[in-house]
Parts: sequence; structure tokens; C-alpha cells
Amino acid sequence: MQLFEPQLSEEKSCVEGYQLISVLNVNEAEVERQMNICNACRYCEGFCAVFPAMTRRLEFDKADVHYLANLCHNCGACLHACQYAAPHEFAVNVPQSMAKVRLDTYTEFAWPGKLGALYKNNGLVVALASSASLALFLILVLLNGGSLFPGKLAGDFYAIFPHNTLALMFGVVFGLAALALGGGIVRFWRKISPAQLEAAVLGSSVAEASGAVLKLKYLDGGHGKGCNNSSDNFTLWRRRFHHLTFYGFMLCFAATTVATMYHYFLGLEAPYPVFSLPVMLGIVGGIGLLIGPAGLLVLNYLRHPEHGDKAQQPMDRGFIVLLLLISATGLALVAWRDTEAMALLLAIHLGVVMAFFLTMPYSKFAHGFYRSAALLKYSIEKRLPDNLKLGSD
Amino acid sequence: MIDVLVIGGGNAALCAALMAREAGASVLVLESSPRIWRGGNSQHTRNLRCMHDAPQDVLVDAYPEEEFWQDLLKVTGGITDEKLARLTIRASSTCRDWMRSHGVNFQPPLSGALHVARTNAFFMGGGKALINAYYRSAQNLGVKVRYDSPVDHIELAGSRFVAAHIPEREVDGTRLPAERIEAHTCVLAAGGFESNRDWLREAWGQNERGEWPSDNFLIRGTRFNKGVLLRKMIEAGADAIGDSTQAHMVAIDARAPLYDGGICTRIDCVSLGVVVNREGLRFYDEGEDFWPKRYAIWGRLVAQQPGQIGFSIIDQTSVGRFMPPVFPGTKANTLDELARKLGIPEDIFTKTVEDFNRACRVGKFDHTQLDDCHTEGLSPAKTHWARPITTPPFYGYPLKPGVTFTYLGLKTDETAAVRFAGKPSQNMFVAGEMMAGNVLGKGYTAGVGMSIGTAFGRIAGTQAAAAAGFSSSAVNEVQSHAAV
Repeated sequence: MQLFEPQLSEEKSCVEGYQLISVLNVNEAEVERQMNICNACRYCEGFCAVFPAMTRRLEFDKADVHYLANLCHNCGACLHACQYAAPHEFAVNVPQSMAKVRLDTYTEFAWPGKLGALYKNNGLVVALASSASLALFLILVLLNGGSLFPGKLAGDFYAIFPHNTLALMFGVVFGLAALALGGGIVRFWRKISPAQLEAAVLGSSVAEASGAVLKLKYLDGGHGKGCNNSSDNFTLWRRRFHHLTFYGFMLCFAATTVATMYHYFLGLEAPYPVFSLPVMLGIVGGIGLLIGPAGLLVLNYLRHPEHGDKAQQPMDRGFIVLLLLISATGLALVAWRDTEAMALLLAIHLGVVMAFFLTMPYSKFAHGFYRSAALLKYSIEKRLPDNLKLGSD
Repeated sequence: MIDVLVIGGGNAALCAALMAREAGASVLVLESSPRIWRGGNSQHTRNLRCMHDAPQDVLVDAYPEEEFWQDLLKVTGGITDEKLARLTIRASSTCRDWMRSHGVNFQPPLSGALHVARTNAFFMGGGKALINAYYRSAQNLGVKVRYDSPVDHIELAGSRFVAAHIPEREVDGTRLPAERIEAHTCVLAAGGFESNRDWLREAWGQNERGEWPSDNFLIRGTRFNKGVLLRKMIEAGADAIGDSTQAHMVAIDARAPLYDGGICTRIDCVSLGVVVNREGLRFYDEGEDFWPKRYAIWGRLVAQQPGQIGFSIIDQTSVGRFMPPVFPGTKANTLDELARKLGIPEDIFTKTVEDFNRACRVGKFDHTQLDDCHTEGLSPAKTHWARPITTPPFYGYPLKPGVTFTYLGLKTDETAAVRFAGKPSQNMFVAGEMMAGNVLGKGYTAGVGMSIGTAFGRIAGTQAAAAAGFSSSAVNEVQSHAAV
């Protein structure tokens, strides 16, 4: 029983050496309330990992709530199947309550802590504003240097920005972002991970969890027909568009990595021909990163109003649009790199990419990492003996 | 004119609608509830009991016809129609491919339900997911569905269906006029009368304590099963079957909502402790058999107690050994305190528990078997899992009767026809709770309601389509079943 207003509570992890049970905030308490209903029902066990993980518990503390929330893929299946969804007085909406807690996770575990607050207002506006301002900034630099329209440079980006300047700028920003995100994940993992981690189970758990991540197993609905988007009908399109986005992104990332290696190890400097490995990776990845986010954006707008947390829609859309801008500006750059527009296109593309890196630890980007961590915990946990012995079995 | 009119919107109704549509008939479904509450009690179900002679996808081992029949015979105490029961049993062995073709997904049994892994096929996501799938399929096939359309009167010509009447009503603030809907044939699948409080009162009457027991019943399912058509049909001369006090009735958490509490309001710790009434006295052997085999009798047992209330009492040793209840138990460090908190006489309650504790002969406790822990010299005895209740904290869960569905229904035959004075109607058929009493005179065994609803829904739909001039191979299948 909650003895005081949860909103007013502050987490204290340790007093005089005693481990205290953290008091749940409003969103966490709502997940706990719903999980107690779900645990007595269990009809949704076949859909995803959340419910089997739930059945291993009788009570849900703060760590459990965050773990379950990040296992949830917001597929919507359990909402449409729920006999206790509103207007039932139990008003169960697991995808929505989990989504709200996920935002708390990102905020709470972000490193450094204060910056976690950025999640709260990381909307479309912020993302667009930061990319626009960065792009503008780059354009201004160019104008000062007089090389915004420097004539045809045959795709030589480094004539605009010296390679080392770019490498330094992006290297530093990317490194800081990776550090911030990594710090958050580590903190999250420490909170949710099982006490005894046996090496024996780790290998197969990692393999299983990687499969679940790479295949987006839990967007298949448990029956292979997919998740719910606008109605109780199932669709595989969200999974497909997400695959295009993720693998498109990875190909673009690979393109950059290959180009970096060409530069430093093979002494091959850009511009690379269209049929070179880095450019081909970039084009294929870019197309994936164009179609994927475009599809996800359409699905997001068609999404059933009760799915997820409405307050997070700007964040979700902001992230999708940013991805879309990266691929669109990147592909435009390839298409027109031999024209006078190249310098401008380059400035815009770099601005967008920079904005992406800057917001990376505090944007929707983080969901993949927290979810992967939760899936790994799930794979480990289910290999450990279940200490509940519920009679009906 | 519509060929087949289906009145009702749950599993049986949709099975009928889909079969009739597949046979080529035009079909209109009238669901009395708003769309958001569609599906009647089916939205709370989770599986159907299936006969099978060998392992089948999610079903392990075998569950042959004879065993299913014996199970049914046992729970009903013989109050069943063997021909219709066996028809249901056989149909349950072949219906699942058809269900899958309409989008129903099956899954292995849920945790906490492994005891029915052999006999029951679980719907992935439960009954509401099944209902959603059927409605989607119906829409894709061109079945017309109307919500907020409660039929309150059937126009008959002798035993023939002529038209259904929907009264004037208000839906979302809009006044809708009364309607008369004609059809060539009609399937009645509008549920029992469990949410009609007046009818329950009338059926259960007043007891020797002057109480109206049914006033304390909770309804586990839909609030829309008022039995309006059931009553109209019986008044119009349709043959009825069953006892109006018989129902699938279990003991559920007394704090559950009045309607639609569904599965999660169950209390699964009865067999682990003792159950006392509000006077602090035990009244039945809590350890008679495994809980899944006994849950269906406890609703009536509690209904016979003063105030129609009971309290399931356990101690700390039982925590974590049963499915978690939706509401937390009342917790106390002493038996006195627990009695006070539950509002039962402290001295009597304490004596009941102490007498029980003294009578316990603890052998080797094993909750997964009919173990040897029992009482001696105690009345009523506890024959299994009897362990002294001595380890605080103690927990109490209040129990009330929870009605799932009533068994009073329309008499029917293997063609699912409504019958008048022993003769089948040529164009009216019945399915689901409205006729389940033909097979279930009393008692219950998990998942059999959906087996009956699916079997007779499909028969009714096929027959209704045939009576409207649309025959299909399925009719032959049904008739060959009927001929066996």
C-alpha cells in the first residue's frame, strides 16, 4: 500500500547500509497495478516476453517495472486482446503504461543524470531546430569562407571541409554521445540484472537475445502475423519498416567505417566512385533508411490512439524525421555531388548527422539499447530456475 | 430480405454467421452491446476442450471421445443429452482448423494451467482475441454486423421465424427508431440470463434465513446477457430445458466488480487452507480434489452460506503456491486480528482454526498430488493438503458466488433447431449459452462452454443457411455426425 503521495517521493537507495525498496512513482505504480491484474489473468502470455517474465514474479518493485517496461515493444496485441481494457473499470492498457515508464527509464538512467531531462522535451521541434541550426551554422561558416557555391568540385568534400576537421568534430561528438548512452545502459543493467549471473547460461542467452533483437522477434505477435497498428488487425509492416530502418542505418554506418579505413589504412581518399564499396553501402543503406523511416512515420500517424504514450509522439516522430533527413540529404549529396550544389548539400547533410549524434543518447535512439539489455536479461532469467511453485501446475 | 439473421454477438453467434456466409447466404448479425463490449461472455474465455486421439499441435497426448464423455457425465451427474454431448465432443476434434482459417491462433497452455494441457486448446490472447478474429473474418466475408441492436421480440408464424424487433433506443445520444427486421431464417445465440438480476432473484428465491441469495451474486461475464429473448421464446411456446438455478458458478473474490470480473477474480488458495463462513465455521472439505476439479462447485457452496460469503484462510506457508489473486489478501499477525479485520466472530473463528490445526495429520505435503495430509475426527474433514494454519502472517480472501453463465435454455436437437411442442422449427436455430443446458444440466468442466458454442454455432449456421436455400458440404458433415 502506498502510504504517501508517490509524486512527492524521492528515491533513496541506501540508508545506514540497509537496502531500501524504492518507492514507485506514478507511472511505475500504474505498471505495478496493471501487472497485478495481468498476473492473475495471463491470457497474453503467448504474445511476447513481457508476460512470461511477469509470471516469474508475485510483486513488482522499481527494477522489475523498468525491466518489464523495456521488454515491451509496444506492439499493441495485449491491448486489443484485453478483457480489462477501458471502459472496463480495471482500465488496463499495458502498452501505454509501459511506454510512460520507458520515458522514465531513459530520463532516470541517462548519464550524466541531469541531461536525462532532455528526453522530456526531446520532440520534433528540438530535433528539427538543432539540425536546422547546425546546418545554418555550417552554411554561415562556408559563406564566411566564400565557398558555399565554389563551382564544380567533382565530389571532393574535403575541398569544403578538411578531412581532419570533420573527423575530429564527429569523432568527439560521437564519442561523447556513445559514452553518455553507454553510461545509461550500464546503470540500467546494474539495476535490472539478476544477482547471480552464471557464465554457463550467458552464451546461449546472448545468442538468443541477439536473435530477438536482430529479427525483431517480438513484433511478430507470437503467431507470426505481426503486431497491431491501427486496429485489432495484425500487420508485419511495422517490423519490415523497422528492419529497413535498422539495417539501412547499419549499412550507412558500415559505409562510413569502410571509408574511414580506406582513408587511414589504404590511403584511399574520397571522393570514391559510385561503384566503390563505401558509396554502394551508403546508397543501399540510404535507400533503406529512406523507405524504413517513411513507412514508420506513416504507421505512426495511423497508430491506434490508445497505443503507447501520446506525449512521446513528438519524440518518436522527431527521431524518425531525423533519420529520414539523414538518408534524404545523404542520397541527395551522392546524386548531386558533381554539381555546384554540392557544398550546400554537404553542409546540410553534415548538420543533420551532427544533430543526430548530439541527440543520440537522449533520443528515441536509446530504445534499442535499453530493449536489447532487457531482452538479454529475459534470456538469462528464463534459463534460471523459477522459484515460484504456483499450485495449479 | 436477409437470408440468415443471427441474434447475438459472441462465439456461437459468429460461428453461425461465418458458416452461413461460407455457405453463400447473406448474413446480418445483431449484437445488443456497443462495439467496445462486443462478444458476450466469449471475451472472457480462454480455451476450448477438445477431443483428440493423438497429440495435435498445442494439445499433448490423447483425449479420446470416451474419456471426454465420462468427464462430462461425471460433472453433470448424468443430467445431459448423450447424443448432443457426443456430437459436441466429436465436433471439438475437427473444429480448430476451421477456427484457424478465420484467424484464431492457438498456443500451449498458460502457466498455471498446465493441468489442462492435454484436454484444452488455448486461444492466443484469450477469448477477446478470438472474438476480434471472428469479427474481422466476418467483415472480410461480407457479413453485416450491427452493434447497439438489442432484439426484444421475435415475430413468429407458428413455429416459423418471421422477423426480429429492435425497440426504440438511444445510442451515443442519438434516438434510434424501433425496427422490424425480416429474414428467411434465424439463429438465436444471445446468451443466458445471468445478468438479469430480477430473473436470478426469481430463480433463486428467498432462503430459510429470509435472504435473497442471488442479490449477493457477482457476474463474471458480460452485463448484456439479460435473457430477454430466452424468456420471450419460452413464453412463445418454445421447449425449454434445464433448471433456472443451475449455472457455471464459481467462488470468486468478493471484491470483484459486479460484471465482467472475468478470470482474474478467481481465488486459487482454497485447497491450501480452510474456508469459513461469516459465522467463522467451516462448511466443506477444502481438499476434496484438485482445485481445477473443484472450483466449479464452490460457487454454489458459498451461495448456501449466510450472507453468501466465505473466507479463504491461509498462512505464510502457502504464499507463492497458488496463482496470484488480483486483490491483495487481508493480512494479520494473529488469528484474532484476522477475524476482526474480516468481520467474523473472533472466538468462533479462532476455535475453528485451532480445532482444524489439532485435527491435521500431516504426512508428506505435495500440492501436485492428492497427498496424505488430512484431518482426523473433524467435521467436515479436510481430506488432502491439510496443514496446521500456524505461521503468521495469516491471510484472508473473501469469496462470493460468481456466475459465469446460466443453464436454463431452449431444448434442441442435433440440427440445433428450436423446438415447439416436440417439433423442430423449420427456420429457427439456437446455439451457445441459450442451449448449453442440453449438454450441461449442472456442473462444469473447463472449456466445455466454448466446445458447445462452437459446435452448435457451426451447426446452427449451416442449418440456417440450408433452410434459406444455401446448402454446403458442411451440412452433409453435420448430418453424418448427427447420424452416428
